[in-house]
Amino acid sequence: MAYWIASSPHDHQQSKTSALMRLVIYATIPGIFAQWYFFGWGNLIHISIAITTALVSEFFILSLREKNIRSQLFDGSAILTAILLGISLPALAPWWISVLGSLFAIAIVKQLYGGLGHNVFNPAMAAYVMLLISFPVQMTSWQPPLSLMALELDFYNTVSVIFTHYTQQGYSVEQLQMHVDGFTMATPLDTLKTSITLGKTVEESLQTPVIGEHFGVGWQWINAAFLAGGLLLIAKRAISWITPVTFLFTLFVCTFIAFLLSPDTNASTMFHWLNGATMLGAFFILTDPVSGATSTKGRIIFAALAGFLVFVIRKFGGYPDAVAFSVLLCNMAAPLIDQYTRPRTYGHK
Amino acid sequence: MTALIAILILGLIGLAFGALLGYASIKFKVEGDPLAQQIDELLPQTQCGQCGYPGCKPYAEAVANGEAINKCAPGGDETIKKIADLMGVEPIAMDESHEADNTPKVAFIIEEDCIGCTKCIQACPVDAIIGATKQMHTIITDECTGCDLCVAPCPVDCIEMRPIEKTTRNWQWDLESIPVTEVK
Amino acid sequence: MESVIERIERGQFWPFHGGINPPEMKFLTNEKPIRSLPLPEKLVIPVQQHIGEPGDLLVAVGDTVLKGQALTKASAPLMVPVHAPTSGKITNINLHVIAHPSGLSELCVTLVPDGEDRWRKRHITENFHELSKDTLIEKIADAGISGMGGAGFPTHVKVNTQAQINYLIINAAECEPYITADDLLVRENAGTILDGINILDKVLEPAFILIGIEDNKPLAIEALRRQTQDIDKIKVCVLPTKYPMGGEKQLIQALTGQEVASGVLPSALGIVMQNIATCFAIAEAVISDTPLIKRVITVSGQALSKPQNVWALLGTPVSFLLKQCGYPEQTKKHIIMGGPMMGFSLASDEIPVVKTTNCLLAPSEKEIPDDNIEVECIRCGQCADACPAQLLPQELQWSAKAQDYEQLNKLNLFDCIECGACAYVCPSHIPLVHYYRVAKAEIREQKLLDIKAEKAKQRFEARKARLERDKRIREEKHKKAAEARKARMNSGTKEANKEKSAVAAALARVQAKKQQKAPDDDNQPNDNDKSPVAAAIARAKAKKAAKQNTTSKQKPIADDDKSTRVAAAVAKAKAKKAQASAHTKDDTPDSYTDNTQKADSVDTTEQSPKSTQAENDKKARVAAAVAKAKAKKAQASTPTQDDEPDSNSKDNTQETASVDTTEQSSTSSQAENDKKARIAAAVAKAKAKKAQASAPTQDDEPDSNSKDNTQKSESVDTAEQSSTSSQAENDKKARIAAAVAKAKAKAKAKKAQASAPTQDDEPDSTSKDNTQETESVDTTEQTSVSVETDNDKKARIAAAVAKAKAKKQQKNSKAN
Repeated sequence: MAYWIASSPHDHQQSKTSALMRLVIYATIPGIFAQWYFFGWGNLIHISIAITTALVSEFFILSLREKNIRSQLFDGSAILTAILLGISLPALAPWWISVLGSLFAIAIVKQLYGGLGHNVFNPAMAAYVMLLISFPVQMTSWQPPLSLMALELDFYNTVSVIFTHYTQQGYSVEQLQMHVDGFTMATPLDTLKTSITLGKTVEESLQTPVIGEHFGVGWQWINAAFLAGGLLLIAKRAISWITPVTFLFTLFVCTFIAFLLSPDTNASTMFHWLNGATMLGAFFILTDPVSGATSTKGRIIFAALAGFLVFVIRKFGGYPDAVAFSVLLCNMAAPLIDQYTRPRTYGHK
Repeated sequence: MTALIAILILGLIGLAFGALLGYASIKFKVEGDPLAQQIDELLPQTQCGQCGYPGCKPYAEAVANGEAINKCAPGGDETIKKIADLMGVEPIAMDESHEADNTPKVAFIIEEDCIGCTKCIQACPVDAIIGATKQMHTIITDECTGCDLCVAPCPVDCIEMRPIEKTTRNWQWDLESIPVTEVK
Repeated sequence: MESVIERIERGQFWPFHGGINPPEMKFLTNEKPIRSLPLPEKLVIPVQQHIGEPGDLLVAVGDTVLKGQALTKASAPLMVPVHAPTSGKITNINLHVIAHPSGLSELCVTLVPDGEDRWRKRHITENFHELSKDTLIEKIADAGISGMGGAGFPTHVKVNTQAQINYLIINAAECEPYITADDLLVRENAGTILDGINILDKVLEPAFILIGIEDNKPLAIEALRRQTQDIDKIKVCVLPTKYPMGGEKQLIQALTGQEVASGVLPSALGIVMQNIATCFAIAEAVISDTPLIKRVITVSGQALSKPQNVWALLGTPVSFLLKQCGYPEQTKKHIIMGGPMMGFSLASDEIPVVKTTNCLLAPSEKEIPDDNIEVECIRCGQCADACPAQLLPQELQWSAKAQDYEQLNKLNLFDCIECGACAYVCPSHIPLVHYYRVAKAEIREQKLLDIKAEKAKQRFEARKARLERDKRIREEKHKKAAEARKARMNSGTKEANKEKSAVAAALARVQAKKQQKAPDDDNQPNDNDKSPVAAAIARAKAKKAAKQNTTSKQKPIADDDKSTRVAAAVAKAKAKKAQASAHTKDDTPDSYTDNTQKADSVDTTEQSPKSTQAENDKKARVAAAVAKAKAKKAQASTPTQDDEPDSNSKDNTQETASVDTTEQSSTSSQAENDKKARIAAAVAKAKAKKAQASAPTQDDEPDSNSKDNTQKSESVDTAEQSSTSSQAENDKKARIAAAVAKAKAKAKAKKAQASAPTQDDEPDSTSKDNTQETESVDTTEQTSVSVETDNDKKARIAAAVAKAKAKKQQKNSKAN
């Protein structure tokens, strides 16, 4: 007979980090589905490439660090990072973009900083920014919504484009991005930015097929799908509602004020909310606990700062979207925010 | 003329700053050797002399003057780390001539063997032994620093160092050390 | 205060931060009545079951005690007595494993019940309202009541507060899962509990009495409401169920909205809290004179077939209780004393239950799995959300792992109440509370060590100051004495001479005694009057000898060959020395010295074989010692002489004196008295020390001739002593001698060093050089004498001494 000794508490809520990660992964499914529906197979192929690379690199580094591979490899964190990276990559980017990206995310941003729980930056966003700065051409190989494309793009053609830059028929990525009317299509945010630089008003800029009737063909639904996934996470208490709400609210306030001041040069709040990576950022990136702030007050400051930065960079910056940059900047500020938002301990003044 | 004025002005400025510096050096003069004192505060104050100095303070002064920081056996690696932190140097391993074992111990006099020679009393750096000539001596356990200095002078070898007994009061939540009974 | 009561009457309470809602699991036991158990085979009653000091034992092994009889008595305020839970016989008083997370043992009284359950005489109090406050407190103290909620703080201390009490809070929250002991106790004994509350009311005189109880105990709430409906002062406060509602600070906040400041007792806010089970015990103690000998314990867990609340006698082994509640035989035992959140697992089922034990938990493997592996913290912040003290558990955890105690203090680690809410919610399964406990223990230990270090420092400084003072006083005394003697000696040549010869005679006597004594003492230690002491010394010596043997084995066993060899070695050393000193002298303009020295070294070599043949050991040795002493003396006096051009005559006297001594000592070598000899030896040693100490002072004085004389005689003593001891066959003495010799050598070296520069400065130091020659010759003699003896050890020592001397001289020459 042996006695079993442990420290209290002996009871434990049956939740696990890996279960949490799994839940977040499930919550991305609506968004991925919307992406697939409007943009075809591109992102799904990138997601699978990224997951494979992430798992392989994680395995190697864990064995180099002599860690327990079995428990850490499948804790879901590497897979989640790869998924988020795959979602954010342009659908027609070459295959090595996602390989490089997830290698960078796992090996450098995550493991070199000490592995799960020790990374300063969000690995997916850090990798995205690295790719955006290093390979600007490949990182703008956005694919227009399937409905607007002049050419048909099925699964095999997508694979072919990603791995060889050409479809089976020999069309290049650039040709694929052509509209039926013969001009190159970009993302709505990109289109808006370019048009405003050219001196058009917002209203005029929005008169393109890429944007369609509302806020961007496909994009609005993708964002709505991520919003739905995010609400699921909040309902399951996997993430705190404070971060996304504060983020979206700040973005709303900034864009609304700007819109009121100058409607010709500023897009509406709804345009900002439903374009680019806004919802993905709000519910899946900013809520990453590792690189975010921890206290409630800290989370509010963290998310508000992110919202403000997204607006500022979208409005004044050189890049069309800003979620990745503002997330990284906020990651840097997180320890400081934590330092200054420590709650008052019971019985202390 | 211009050069002269320049020289004059610069000279005056020099004088002014010189005066300021002189004043500051008097005003903010540091008394004593703060580093040695800080180091002394980190040392365990066993006054054991294992470092080769007659007490903790002399060793602290020596460290402040460049002596190796790894000579304090009772303090162990923790003290080395603290001193290294204070002095901004890399912590180094304990001097090899010292025993690695620095579990806290106190001296114990085997009373039936004690002949009352008072030699240990003279050796104790903290006056933690009481007794008189030809009377049995005993250790004030609470005052004993475990420095080991009384063991050598004893002519009848009746002093030994015993590890401090573990009680529920000084137990440190070391679950590994709990004697779990294995019953068959 | 009014608003607080108004809010309570409206059923509104203040929320506290954090908290969790673990599965309550109270259904296992809350539908069955409290069961009474048969007497166990034995009871093990720990002497200390509370916070504070254990009481003084009143019983001995073999005593027969009655039920309720005190086993210990309190002689200090923080002592609480323990009582015999039933009548029986004390069979043992020894260390036994106690109910503590460490599984350590403490003093326990083992009682074997006689089955009769005979009470001691009891005095029933009809109406406690007639009793005074002090009497009530005394009764509580005598009944051995300490807090029964968990901490076990002596109740009589807690209720004996001088502060004005606004609220007496009765804690019936029982927020831990599984535990229903208080619930059942209230349901079955609400009347007695009300008596207890009334007694506390009389003692504390609070403005209001608030009974805090969670809303998951409807029957208990009803019972309390029924009892207290006519009493305006008592409010039954039904609180929402949330762990840790029963924490003292949390309950106070929930009921009154006030926060107890860190490091302050609730009484500072005019609040006193008592557990409801303690109220029951108080009523029993005051009214029916029943000390605290039993309590309600929830024995629960899904591993049991009959989980139930039981009335357990204090001291009942856990195994008995578990058996009564149907604990199956299983390979892996997981028994928790206390609730699942704050209880501790037991290392043995022989542990007895104590006053603070409210629950025994025997969970099944499924219920509380133990396969949770800690993974990395992902900073999810759920712990901070759950913490009722509003701490930052994850940051605490990092600092605790990094042992950054300063940061831990900054993060208010010591405000952690160890409720376990953070570890409960942690998705990474980090045993946070355990890290905090370890860190807390470490910090507490560190604080104690700091205090100890500070004390040690003070004691060390005090001792140093004392020694310094003593030394100064001694020096002054010596100086005075020396001056007096000098004055006397210098007053007239005749008298001075007389005195000198008297001293010499005394010395000779002493020496003779010593010679006799040494072998005697060592060979027949048992014949001595001080036989125990001698025996002890002998034992130690034997030990040391044994130790030494191991070392000496490396050296070949000495015989005559050996001594010659040693002699040769000594000669070599001498030669070296001489050479070394020759170096020194090279600097002096007088090359004449060089010659002498060289000649001297030749002499030495010759002398050593010669002396091997010497036959009268003792005399020769004595002579050698004396000579050595003389040499020393000479050396010591040289600096002085150098300063005084006209000290020649005095030197002469000195020589004569020493010659005298030599003669006398040889004559008196037949003296036989042991004891005197030993005393003399001690005196000599002391003198030697003194001499050494005073040496520097002499150097400073130009006219210290007479002192030099004294010093000479002293050194003679020392030399004698050393030779005597070298004669002895015992190791220890030999070693001491070696040490003395070494010390001498050191001293000499020092002096030589001091004198060397002087020589260099003075071209006409021939006389001094001469003395030095003599010295080295003497030394040779001495060494050779020791060589003669058959004892190899002596020889070795001598050799070592010689070597040391040689080394030193070499060093000196280098320095020069």
